Order: sequence, then structure tokens, then C-alpha cells
Amino acid sequence: MSILIDENTKVIVQGFTGDKATFHANEMIQYGTNVVGGVTPGKGGMKHLERPVFDTVRQAVESTGAEASLAFVPPPFAADALMEAAEAGLKLVCIITDGIPTQDMMRVKRYLLRYPKETRTLIVGPNCAGIISAGRAMLGIMPGHIYKRGNVGIVSRSGTLGYEAAAQMTALGIGVSTSVGIGGDPINGSSFLDHMALFEQDPDTHAVVMIGEIGGPQEAEAAQWIKENMSKPVIGYVAGLTAPKGRRMGHAGAIISAEGDTAGEKAEIMKSYGLFVAPSASELGSTVAQAIATL
Amino acid sequence: MDIHEYQAKELLAQHGVPIPRGKVVYTPAEAAQAATELGSELWAVKAQIHAGGRGKAGGVRLCKTPHEVSKVAEALLGTTLVTHQTGPEGKIVERLYIEVAEPFEREIYLGFVLDRKTQRIRIIASAQGGMEIEDIVKTHPEAVLQVEVEPAVGLQSFQARELAFGLGGLTLKQVHQFVALTLGCYRAFRDLDASMAEINPLVVTREGRLVALDGKMSFDDNALFRHPELHEMHDPAQEDPREAQAHLHGLNYVGLSGDIGCIINGAGLAMATMDTIKYAGGEPANFLDVGGGASPERVAEAFRLVLSDPNVKAILVNIFAGINRCDWVAEGVVQAARDLKVPLVVRLAGTNVEAGQKIIQESGLPIISADTLAEAAERAVAAAHGKNA
Repeated sequence: MSILIDENTKVIVQGFTGDKATFHANEMIQYGTNVVGGVTPGKGGMKHLERPVFDTVRQAVESTGAEASLAFVPPPFAADALMEAAEAGLKLVCIITDGIPTQDMMRVKRYLLRYPKETRTLIVGPNCAGIISAGRAMLGIMPGHIYKRGNVGIVSRSGTLGYEAAAQMTALGIGVSTSVGIGGDPINGSSFLDHMALFEQDPDTHAVVMIGEIGGPQEAEAAQWIKENMSKPVIGYVAGLTAPKGRRMGHAGAIISAEGDTAGEKAEIMKSYGLFVAPSASELGSTVAQAIATL
Repeated sequence: MDIHEYQAKELLAQHGVPIPRGKVVYTPAEAAQAATELGSELWAVKAQIHAGGRGKAGGVRLCKTPHEVSKVAEALLGTTLVTHQTGPEGKIVERLYIEVAEPFEREIYLGFVLDRKTQRIRIIASAQGGMEIEDIVKTHPEAVLQVEVEPAVGLQSFQARELAFGLGGLTLKQVHQFVALTLGCYRAFRDLDASMAEINPLVVTREGRLVALDGKMSFDDNALFRHPELHEMHDPAQEDPREAQAHLHGLNYVGLSGDIGCIINGAGLAMATMDTIKYAGGEPANFLDVGGGASPERVAEAFRLVLSDPNVKAILVNIFAGINRCDWVAEGVVQAARDLKVPLVVRLAGTNVEAGQKIIQESGLPIISADTLAEAAERAVAAAHGKNA
């Protein structure tokens, strides 16, 4: 098992025929992902990477039974693409795009509330590296070969720091069930908490690594939920101890602007809720090893 | 993106927010002329910098004659103003705003932010205007009024009325004025994709009118593509020159005070690497994310930027290649490192790592390799300290 995706999940790519999307769709197919087609408005009826292209997400879902999509859509059209995916009934959309206006994401999140919780689309991203269920399927842009199949979940705001964690774990012989990048923007489609809840229910995930960074309230929210609801050990880390206040550190959401936004405060909150906190990013792997030794 | 006070006021005025009459000037002569043209008995001369705390730092002065206005303008123009928000390097004063100063009886705080927790626009008001909101929250938490805007319908009048009546002491006419200007400010915030707007203070003048005495707005960089009118308000003189240069090349750079220059792909890994340097006993000189697709040109530009900081005693390159290919990054590093005068530590991981390491080794350059993040940080700290000794 894994969360969100596996080798059977039927996947489409939004913005399918673009250069980057083509490259990564091909990588996903090589990894074993069940890519059943894609969407590029105006190119419906064509074949691309030996798979059908559709004009609309609705047509793609009706013809292929797609359940999930990877959205590679430029920022001005991203909110529209997400709402289209939600209306077409996709269960999951992973959006890689960096640079989406914050108020657009705010409106997308509000739009999703139209649907009952059970059928509501789960958005992962934007500004993320995607999702990988190690050895099964990949919905994203990560280097698949660094992930060893196993029983530890990863959920990270940063893409490359998620890779770093996976590589340190692999070096210690620890594998990954699913790794999720929730993205570096101020408003995420889904939060740490959403994915913690999924990992808690997944029998093949025995522990979870949560990799946060400065800015925003979601590490603290997740930590409290973990304390109250989670039976599995969680390893936490927060990047940005050396970040100055009020400066954006690359990610649109990585900025210390309110109380509780600093890496130090978040790490303290994680500790107070009983998480295993890695003292430095170079000890992510060893802290995971310590945590799973308690099982 | 930040803009100046006079620009924020112009935008707010376009959306129906009353502001004092004023003019922006660049020279003492223009300042005197502006004062004469505005016609008043009291003028405020306000330094235009992208930071708050100007009043306490001497950047806002009241003058009684156009002559005095020109004298104050002469004293302020070209100086560097250091406030508690600018950092020790301060911000240069190149523009002044000359404004008619009107006596007022009351100061109110009105602010708009994008609240990450509720994922909505939040409006904050307080009767304790003139103070900074962080201080109001600490000292008068009971005096902070807040409403959240439902994105599907936008701000409603009743919400602005609740704030107005909550502030207390406003006449019915003033309540109506407050509602109108709050709705206007909200429209400006929403339509221009602002990330922050603040009127502090919003004053009640002696004649009983509500006027925005100060105005501050920041905008979502990701939304600037649909606001060409805001592009023109960009003032590069208010930015750190290295950060502006980085921006031109699609790099993210933030200068810090340490001595280990950092070139890293990915914002999270960059922050984590800086933290690991600190953990190993060193201090990072900068944050620098080269981003995906780190071409040799971008890597070369990253080296130029990092080396333009004279404090840099060693450089740490840490690339975990996903979209990037290590061999490609290595080519760029080897090219950029040819004439390097400081020690260079390189850690490569991810896609095509063996090919990348081979290029580094075969270059014949004195590049210190590291396999792990911990090794990289320790070697960079040792290299920087070795240079010190």
C-alpha cells in the first residue's frame, strides 16, 4: 500500500504537450506510472507519447476513467486548470507550477468547498516536486531512483529537502512508502495535516517524516493533531534557523512575518507535542532510524 | 513588491480613500515649490523609503514655511535613513513627499493581510492607531478588531460597520466614511493582488473628516504579470543591489552577515544547508537558490553574486539534482571556479552524480568534494576558518 497513488492509479497530464510536461510525463511512464492520456485545449484527437490528447479534462475523464492528474500549467491559467479538474471529478491533482498568485489559490480553495468532502478533489502543491509511491508510481518531477521502497512516509514543503531526506534514509537502508511535496507557497492545496491523516490510515506506513520551513501556521497545526490522533512516530524538521525576519527565502511562503513563524519556535512546538525532532538537516536519516527503532 | 507611501496613497485615493493633498519631489527647490503650490501653514516633509519607523528615525518633519521645507529637504535628500525596519545598512532617501499637515484629534489603525491560517483576507482595526500593530496586539489585545472576508462574495458593508462601531466614538457620518473607505481599500487590495495594505494612522481631523495620514502597500510578486501599472512603481534604488542583480538572472539571493557563500538548488535545501553550516560552527554569508535548470550561465552568475560580497571566505555548492543533471551543474562549477581566490567545497547528489563528480575531479582544480550534507558543511566551515588563521 501507499497513499494517494499506486501503479494502478489512472493518471492524466494537464498541459500534456508542453516541453516540460512531455519530459516529465515520459519519466513518469518509465517509472511505471499508469499515464492514460493528457489534456491540451485545441489539441484534442492527437496522440502524444502514444496516448490520447483531449481538449477538456471532462472528456479525458469520460474516455479514460482518469482519477488523478499532474498539472503543468503556466501560472496565469493554473487556477482555471485546478477548478476544471475539480469539476471533472478527479480525486487528486498535483500541481507543480511555481508562481501562482496567492489570491488565485485562495479562490480555488473556496471553490472546492462547493463539493461534499467525500468527493472533493485533493490538491497537492502548487510549487512542489510532486508525489512518489516508491517503486510503484510517480506524479511529479523528482529523481525516482533515489527512493527505496519501504515503510516510512515523507511530507515536505521543499522538494530538494525531501530528496535529501530520502537519500539519507536510503543510505541507512530505510525505504519510503510515499513521499509528498506540499509545496512552498503561502496557500497550499493540501497541508501537512491532510497527509498525516492519510499516512495514519495506511497500513504500510510505519512512521512519517514531516519537513517544514519558516512561515505559516501549518507545522504547529499538524503537530497538535499528531499528538492527539496519530499512533505512528513522526520525525520533524524545520528549515530556516538562520533566516532573518521579514525576508522571503526563495519560496513565496518562506517568510517570518508573525509569531510562531520561526524555525526555532516550530521545532519547539514539535518537541512539545512529542515528535522526534532532527537537530539538523544532516541528521534527518539518523533521527528516522532512532524513531523506527522504538517500534 | 513594495512601493512608496505616495504611490500607495495614490492607489488608495483612486479607490475612494481620502488622503491629504501632497506632491512627490526630488530636489529642495521642487520641495519649496510644492509647498507653495499646495498652500498651507504647516507641511509634513516625508522621506520616501520602503520601510516603516520613519518618524522616530527623523524621516518625517513638520515645517512652517516653504523655506523651511526646502532646508529640511536638503538635509534629507541623499541621506541614508536607518529605522528599526531597514536593518543597519538603512535605505537611501531619493524622493520626498510634501504633504499638507492638518491637525487631528484621533488616530486609528486599519490593516489588510492575507491570512495563511484561514486562507482569507483579514481586516484588522484598532482604536490605538499610530502604534505598530505588533505592539498593539501585545499591549492592547482587547482593542484589536478583526473580520475575515468570504472570497466568494467579498467584503460586506456590515463587516465594515461592525469595525466602525467597534472602534467607538465615531459619529454616524464618520461611520459611513469609515465603511466607504474600508470597502475602497478592500477593492484596491483585491483588484491589485496586494499582499499587505496598512493605513496607520487613519486620523479623524479637527474638522471631523477621516483621512489616511500614512499608507503602505505590498504586492504579490506572482501576480505582477497582470498589473503592468504596478511595474512602473518599482523603485530599484530601494533594493539591495545584489538582490536586484540576482532577480534579473532568475536567482533568489538574500545577503546575510556570515563568511560562507552558499550556492544551492531549492529553497528548502538552501535554508537547511545554511542551518547545517551554523550547526557545524560557521555562519552563512547568503541564501542563494539557483533553481531548477541550473545552466552553466546561471551557475557562473551565482558565483559572481556570491563573490561580490567581500566577507566571503569560502564557498559551498550543494546541488541535489532532480530536474537538474549533476554533470551539467559540474560543467558550470568548473568554468566558474577557474579563477577562484577562495576555497570551494562542492557536494553533488541525485541524477547523474557519478558523471558530475568525475568532471570535478578531472578538472585539476583544488575543489574540495563532499559526499553528504554534513561533510559539506564541516569542510566549508574548516576552509573558511583555515583562511582566517
